Amino acid sequence: MSAGAVTTGLAGDRAAGDPAAPPLASRQRRAARRARSAVTLLAQGEPMLWLTGGGLVVAGAMIVGLVALIVWQGALTFWPAPVVSITTADGRTVWGEITRRDVFKPDPSLMGSLAPQARAAAGRELSASGGRLARRLVRSGNFELSGEHFTWVSDYEIAPDGEARPRWALVVERRSWGRFYGEPVAYLEDGKVVATDAAAVWRAVRSAQPAVLARVARQRDLERREMDRLNTRVEKARLAVRQAELDHGRDSAAWRQAVAAASRIETAMGQAFADLTDRIDALKRENERSVVRLRTGDGREADLALGDIVRAYPANQLDGAAKWGVYLSRWREFLADEPREANSEGGVFPAIFGTIVMTLVMSALVVPFGVLAALYLREYAKTGPLVAAVRISINNLAGVPSIVFGVVGLGFFCYLAGGAIDQAFFAARLPNPTYGTGGLLWASLTLALLTLPVVIVATEEALAAVPGSLREGSYACGASKWQTIQRIVLPRALPGIMTGAILAMARGAGEVAPLMLVGAVKLAPELPLDGVAPFLHPERSFMHLGFHIYDLGFQSQNSEAAKPMVFTTTLLLVAIITGLNLAAIWLRARLRRRFAAGHF
Amino acid sequence: MREKRDMETQSIVTRPSPPDAVDLRRRPGSGENRLAAIAAGAAVPADIHAGVFASPAVLDIENFNLWYGQKQALFDLTLPIPRGKVTALIGPSGCGKSTLLRSVNRLNDLIDSVRIEGDMRLNGDSIYGRSVDVIELRRRMGMVFQKSNPFPMSIFENVVYPLRIDGERNRNVLQEVCERSLRGAALWDEVRDRLGESALGLSGGQQQRLCIARAIAAEPEVLLMDEPCSALDPIATAKIEELIAALRGEYSILIVTHNMQQASRVSDDTAFMYLGRLIEYGPTVEIFTRPHLRETEDYITGRFG
Repeated sequence: MSAGAVTTGLAGDRAAGDPAAPPLASRQRRAARRARSAVTLLAQGEPMLWLTGGGLVVAGAMIVGLVALIVWQGALTFWPAPVVSITTADGRTVWGEITRRDVFKPDPSLMGSLAPQARAAAGRELSASGGRLARRLVRSGNFELSGEHFTWVSDYEIAPDGEARPRWALVVERRSWGRFYGEPVAYLEDGKVVATDAAAVWRAVRSAQPAVLARVARQRDLERREMDRLNTRVEKARLAVRQAELDHGRDSAAWRQAVAAASRIETAMGQAFADLTDRIDALKRENERSVVRLRTGDGREADLALGDIVRAYPANQLDGAAKWGVYLSRWREFLADEPREANSEGGVFPAIFGTIVMTLVMSALVVPFGVLAALYLREYAKTGPLVAAVRISINNLAGVPSIVFGVVGLGFFCYLAGGAIDQAFFAARLPNPTYGTGGLLWASLTLALLTLPVVIVATEEALAAVPGSLREGSYACGASKWQTIQRIVLPRALPGIMTGAILAMARGAGEVAPLMLVGAVKLAPELPLDGVAPFLHPERSFMHLGFHIYDLGFQSQNSEAAKPMVFTTTLLLVAIITGLNLAAIWLRARLRRRFAAGHF
Repeated sequence: MREKRDMETQSIVTRPSPPDAVDLRRRPGSGENRLAAIAAGAAVPADIHAGVFASPAVLDIENFNLWYGQKQALFDLTLPIPRGKVTALIGPSGCGKSTLLRSVNRLNDLIDSVRIEGDMRLNGDSIYGRSVDVIELRRRMGMVFQKSNPFPMSIFENVVYPLRIDGERNRNVLQEVCERSLRGAALWDEVRDRLGESALGLSGGQQQRLCIARAIAAEPEVLLMDEPCSALDPIATAKIEELIAALRGEYSILIVTHNMQQASRVSDDTAFMYLGRLIEYGPTVEIFTRPHLRETEDYITGRFG
């Protein structure tokens, strides 16, 4: 009781002393300070608002601009453009699709070299536009006739009324030599003219095409699969001989037996090879029987075998539905077929496939290792300088340039580990490397190393976010450490771990630099996953979308034709990575709903 | 229940308090003096009523000291926890109640910096002995925490978790234990139709009763409760208190609470702690009506703490 009274008394004293303070001078100082601060712009935070908001706008504009450029360019690549016929004043006629227009500053010597009529037109244009001339890039195709795929046409060169859209101009996409532009003049079967009217020729082509395409597919199947099978058997026999030589020495019984077997197989396969070649030739001949004769814009005629034609359409007669048909059929080809014409035409299916298989193998490697490492760091390791050092190293690993990982992958995985594997298991194939060169396995391992920090950091954070009360509850029930981790901690941390894993997948799918060293190639003849045992071939090199973009952009001979493909492939890669990220978000939201409900 | 407790009180032979403690009590303002002495680091002997020795102890705490790093948190605690009764630990925040409770099932082992001296005995078996299997030991106890901590799994799996980690697979056994535990925790009627649903969908009070069901699923020898009602509303609190009353006798319960009324309502014995030391320990009726020490009375009546 007395203690309570004392406290109350003290408090009362202090309260009584309060109203007197603070003294007048300090009150005035405070008032002055307040008056000043009220007019300071900084104090109101307006400049910071504009600065931060501006930062966001700039970032947003860059991202939106980038995505818009990729989507716009990428989506338009396959849209069928009309074929224009341009006749110049000097009598040249060019047929083709206009791909680009721009203006240029002409060389002073240009005017002198022009014909009078063109010079007058150019002079008029120059004075009207302030010293610049307009020109357009026409995809004129017909490479075997003209020696170029694209032609620049300046506006002043064009004759009056020199532009037209010829009704029967066909766009022909071919297996080789690029596109062909021309109008049909005749349809020939076995060298005999069957139709000459443009419409009739087109009808004949349309009706013959399905059978021809089926034969082409069959021919490719024979060349690929059957030929491959025969080659594999011969190669196997040859390897058996070499192996016998390595194991038992030359002139040993085993070796002689292997040689005999190999020669038997070679004889049998030689017969099979001949049969196969005959069948392929028969298909080829069948396809060469039907020929369409086209006349180009400058009046020359060319015969195209139907077997060489991938797709043909009368560009100026297409209505909306037909245009969509061409557009979608090109997308289908792009997504499902193999590249042709040094990758600048055709599809990117092997690259999509390689990217996905590589990413999956990488994930299968990185997620278990990353989660185990994070579990040890977070759940078992005692905090101390060593653990801190390991953690810092892991974070630093995330900042190492990816090409460094490529070098490590090449030096350690391909040459050292792969070389050792070749010595031990594939000695018969040496000096041809099996594992001792870039391949799917090494690329996946390299990228797994690259993305390991992402998984470890994400998993550690997810583990740290599991409430301690859950662990304690589990321990109090008599659970061991591992039981607690397995039954309580891991399920609860799963959304976070998944997020980390899929972020790692997205990062790995988009990485190119290290892949150039450890296994991505311009053109892979075989997929890393196929129907031939053992189905997954981890030693094979593969195609990759990121590398494909690089290859299209910088290594292509027909760079103008490849450019739109660069955008389209980029769009595809962005779409795949966006898809992976969306999957991550969806998965995380789903798992979170399961675990986070009803926490008060 | 009240009569029952009164009868017990009558049978108590009051152990004579140490003479110096009596002296301190008689002196005016002695309460501050004793607490000040403790705060200054003096070892003041605890006043333990004879009543707590009346029934056999399920848990014996013997000269127990505990340090967090350099800082000592528990000072030389010696007290028996009677079997089949509810023992409440009271005291101001930071007095070591929860630390003591967590020492009983060795949850403090999880903290690297903790060091202990002395021992505890659970039905005669050493808890801190060299060869003790901590996991085995924890299976003999159940614990209910301040904040309910249902696991992110179904209600059924929550309750049978202690059996699951023992490797029990028999569906019949699990179902039987689940029903018995949920009935024991007075939750069965509310959740019998949704045992497969997530435990996180239950209300706060239901979650805490679920945790009690989980704690008693393995038939523990001691049930440890660390302020089980502090995060609950009055109605849920009343239900938990009824539950504790119903569990008395079947289980030995050691409960930490900040709520004096709760301690007086649910417990048979009460121990008052201050700054890591036991001040007074005796049958609840005596502690709340005739405490030997003035400090205890001051704390119980809310004059300090």
